[in-house]
Amino acid sequence: MASEPKEKAKISVRDLTMAFGSFVVMKDLDFEVKERDIFVIMGGSGCGKSTLLRHMIGLKEPRKGAILYEGKNFTEANEEERLAFIRRFGVMYQSGALWSSMTLAENISMPIEEHTQISKAEIRDLAYYKLALVGLSGYEDYYPAQVSGGMNKRAGIARAMALDPEILFLDEPGAGLDPLSSQRLDELILRLRDSLGSTFVIVTHELASIFAIANNSVFLDTDTRTQGATGDPKSLRDHSENETVRMFLNRGETPEDEESA
Amino acid sequence: MLDTQGLAVCRPPGLFFSELMSHAQGEPPKAIWKKDGARLVLVLSGDWLRGGEARVVEGEEGWPDGFETEGLGKFDSTLPAYLMQRLRAVEVEEPGLEGLPENLRGLMELALKVPERSDAKSLDEDPHGLKLLGIRLTATWKAVESVLEFTGETVLSLGRFFTGRARFRGSDFWLTLQECGINALPIVSLISFLVGMILAFVGNVQLANFGASLYVADLVGIAMVREMGVVMTGIIMSGRTGAAFAAHIGSMNANQEIDALKTFGFNPFDFLVLPRLFALVLMMPVLTVYSNVVGILGGMLVGAAVGIPPALFLTEMLTAIDITSSSLGVFKSVFFGVAIAIAGCLQGMKSGDSSAAVGLATTRAVVASITAIVVLDSAFAVIFTILDI
Repeated sequence: MASEPKEKAKISVRDLTMAFGSFVVMKDLDFEVKERDIFVIMGGSGCGKSTLLRHMIGLKEPRKGAILYEGKNFTEANEEERLAFIRRFGVMYQSGALWSSMTLAENISMPIEEHTQISKAEIRDLAYYKLALVGLSGYEDYYPAQVSGGMNKRAGIARAMALDPEILFLDEPGAGLDPLSSQRLDELILRLRDSLGSTFVIVTHELASIFAIANNSVFLDTDTRTQGATGDPKSLRDHSENETVRMFLNRGETPEDEESA
Repeated sequence: MLDTQGLAVCRPPGLFFSELMSHAQGEPPKAIWKKDGARLVLVLSGDWLRGGEARVVEGEEGWPDGFETEGLGKFDSTLPAYLMQRLRAVEVEEPGLEGLPENLRGLMELALKVPERSDAKSLDEDPHGLKLLGIRLTATWKAVESVLEFTGETVLSLGRFFTGRARFRGSDFWLTLQECGINALPIVSLISFLVGMILAFVGNVQLANFGASLYVADLVGIAMVREMGVVMTGIIMSGRTGAAFAAHIGSMNANQEIDALKTFGFNPFDFLVLPRLFALVLMMPVLTVYSNVVGILGGMLVGAAVGIPPALFLTEMLTAIDITSSSLGVFKSVFFGVAIAIAGCLQGMKSGDSSAAVGLATTRAVVASITAIVVLDSAFAVIFTILDI
């Protein structure tokens, strides 16, 4: 990796402090996501992973610090500029957050209708294709309440991909999926990165998935309320100076056993 | 100490455990705190079971330097809970657990593994006195602010709509139109008809004393078209449609659907509030006219029963009401419609993200819109009196 030319930062989080009222969730977050990265936000439950994601997509305002996309300041942008940024994002929310009054296909069509000028038939074809990508062919005309939670989640990913975004934000995509679907999802993410060149920012704490797909990460430490480490999770697992990070990535087992073996 | 004992005594023994106890022939649970020189030793004995016999505590409680557990029988979570309670009362840096049986020690170690978060408790501090007053006042002011802000947003949103920049789904509008139009007819019919009948009955009781029963027609007509028709429709729509708006938008909020709208570049305000506002503002006057007609029919029925032929009732009534007075109710209904839509959508949009919060939002929407209707109606009454119409 080091021999490659220096990749430019797609997203930079600079000195970010997140807070609700007087309660500081995380402070001094500072990291970069490079183009075509599969970047994982990890950490214990309730440490503010989803909150960080919400800051990155502009649903929450930072208490301090800024978020930059390709060097342009997103935090200080006005509403119109922000919309231009947001058009390049795709977001999947924790529970899928599909619009409950629309069918799965309509859920995916709506953003396409809003942001492009293509014909109804083409939009329908796109929606069917996106649903097929996440293994939901045949469920186009179901309402979100009529399919399972896992299917809602997958349809949420399909909707996030509706506009072929440059950056996909996925909030716990694998949680609640069976092992096979979860593996399929990892494969999907890798394929999309390779074929479309998308950048992924994923909130997760599923180690198997982290090691399978991520090449960059940030670890949020609940005790110190700041980032524990940032970098490739595989090298963090073995070489991080922060013990909490190593413990987390080794499921609490210290890697001493390996040394003796 | 007394507390824990008291609790143990008060707790009614569950069927399961009383059976277990009779089967186990258990010893009462005992915790005896013994001074052994400088050391404090806790002697545990008996069966520590939920719903079992009352706990016996002897000696001065603290945190022991050692345990003696030879006499300890069966135990469930009661015993570790007692030990944890001691630890909370006496703050010990590194509580020693030597001398406890293996399984109990394991449970205690597990419970003590993650240290208590001292900052986690500050959330449920109960304010009182001046502080509570201050919190209430700021909350009230915030509520007023949010209504003003929301009304302002509505105006901006309307501006976007009329310049062709606001986007919402047509089907949303038509569905809401149906929901607060045709689907509301049965309940509006029933209530209006009954209100018309009540007015006629009550009026007749008084007017018959003067031999002026005929004027029941005037009374029903004026009361329905000026006040009762529109107020009743408004209250029905608050409970029916305003509540539905708040619950629907509130659960969309809880399910992050509104976030999803934002990140796809939709303005949730245009998308959710405008179709509902338009539908309700269009339907309120229609429903009001309908309610007036049905109410008058109800009055007519009672009139016929007390000896006023319908034709006479109608002629008499038309001498009392004219276009101006009958348009007053319709005029007011537009404002009531706006109030109901804003209250419902506002509460939905700022609802929290739990199911309890959605329920609360619905309640608030109904209370706020009914209050708004009555206040607006009083204001209109004053204005119309001053204008002499």
